[in-house]
Amino acid sequence: MPLKLTIVTAQRTVLEQDGVTKLVVPAAEGQITILPSHAALMSSLAIGEMVVFTGSASESIAIHGGFIQVANDEVSVLADAAETVDQIDLDRAEAARSRAQARLQGRDVDLVGGMDVLRAQFALQRSLTRLRVARRRAGGATGVPSSRP
Amino acid sequence: MAGGGQVRGIRDRIRSVSSTAKVTRAMELVAASKMRRAQDRAVQARPYAETMRTVLAQLAAVTSGGDTSTLHPLLQTREPKHVTYVHITADRGLAGGLNSNMNRAGASLILEHQPKVDRISVITAGRKGRDFFRRSGMELLADFPELGDFPNFEDVRPIARLIIDEFTSGRVDQVFIGFQRFVNAAVQRPTIRQLLPIVAPADVLAGAGASNTDFIFEPSPEELLATLLPRFVEMQVYEAVLEARASEQSARMVAMRQATDAAKEMVSDLTLAYNKARQDSITGELLDIVGGTAAVENK
Repeated sequence: MPLKLTIVTAQRTVLEQDGVTKLVVPAAEGQITILPSHAALMSSLAIGEMVVFTGSASESIAIHGGFIQVANDEVSVLADAAETVDQIDLDRAEAARSRAQARLQGRDVDLVGGMDVLRAQFALQRSLTRLRVARRRAGGATGVPSSRP
Repeated sequence: MAGGGQVRGIRDRIRSVSSTAKVTRAMELVAASKMRRAQDRAVQARPYAETMRTVLAQLAAVTSGGDTSTLHPLLQTREPKHVTYVHITADRGLAGGLNSNMNRAGASLILEHQPKVDRISVITAGRKGRDFFRRSGMELLADFPELGDFPNFEDVRPIARLIIDEFTSGRVDQVFIGFQRFVNAAVQRPTIRQLLPIVAPADVLAGAGASNTDFIFEPSPEELLATLLPRFVEMQVYEAVLEARASEQSARMVAMRQATDAAKEMVSDLTLAYNKARQDSITGELLDIVGGTAAVENK
């Protein structure tokens, strides 16, 4: 029996999909793959790319931390933030990446204390994830090139 | 002529009242469209809240045999010495009794707790509530003004951060939150809930007892709980703000509709009075003329 997947954030439901055959998830302790009849699981999520396989098609989703629960072939993802490929603003992600990198290389004078380094690292991770997911748009397995919003 | 002055006065009032009606009608329409959007946002936040509640219930069931108070600082019940109340109101008025009802509910919570605790303070989000508690001389721990009509999760997060900090550091022992719950477009209910320590509602606990699935946890259940609980508090604050905003717009819509109706009624009353006054003055003038002519003829 294929999986039923729901991805929700505090703001909205990002994705509801039946018939999922495979799921690759950026779990906190490393990437995991979930197939139908997976054991019941609860795990926190890292920032990264999640790939949803539905038969031969696949879709990439940027996940920015959160939580996943798998039980009885139902997968619930409580994401801090999540975006599908066509929801990502490429220019913004690119800008965020260069800003975060600049901060980490100490070119930004506002950088004080470890907290900001951590924040910049997270920002960098998020923007890289977005860029990686967004790139799927061009030659990804999704097949259908979607127009930019 | 006295009659003419009265007629003019009534005409000016009709003009002023009907322009008021136009303004309130416009405000009603604006509020109606904002209400739809605010309501939509409240509905969209629901799946996340529901999933989180079931997940937490399952986690709590696994990590403890029922006693959850030792699991995590946010679940710990202490003797309340310092109680804080998070008061959510609108920034603007013209919403009927919405804000004053909320203020009254907040005040009665405070009166109820005041004799039992050493210190009680208020955190406000919304100008109407802040002004109210400032006037009454309450201690304001913090104020979060201008959240806007459609705040998102990130806008509301600092409120949750602050109370979590205050609570875990031991400066505050108990936290309540009060907001206008959106029942439907005509009904909003002042609602007060305990935010910290986190109390599991009865139905959640009952559901937790029933679940006996063997879960794999990554990392440990305790660590998962530690990441989820603060999120849960944030989400509850967010939910409260969304409800309050939907309530605000619907209350304003209803208040403005009533104002529009009242203005229209007034215009029709005034029109009646205007016509009567006009006729009276015409009759008066005719009588003058007739009287004048009669006097000339009778000479």
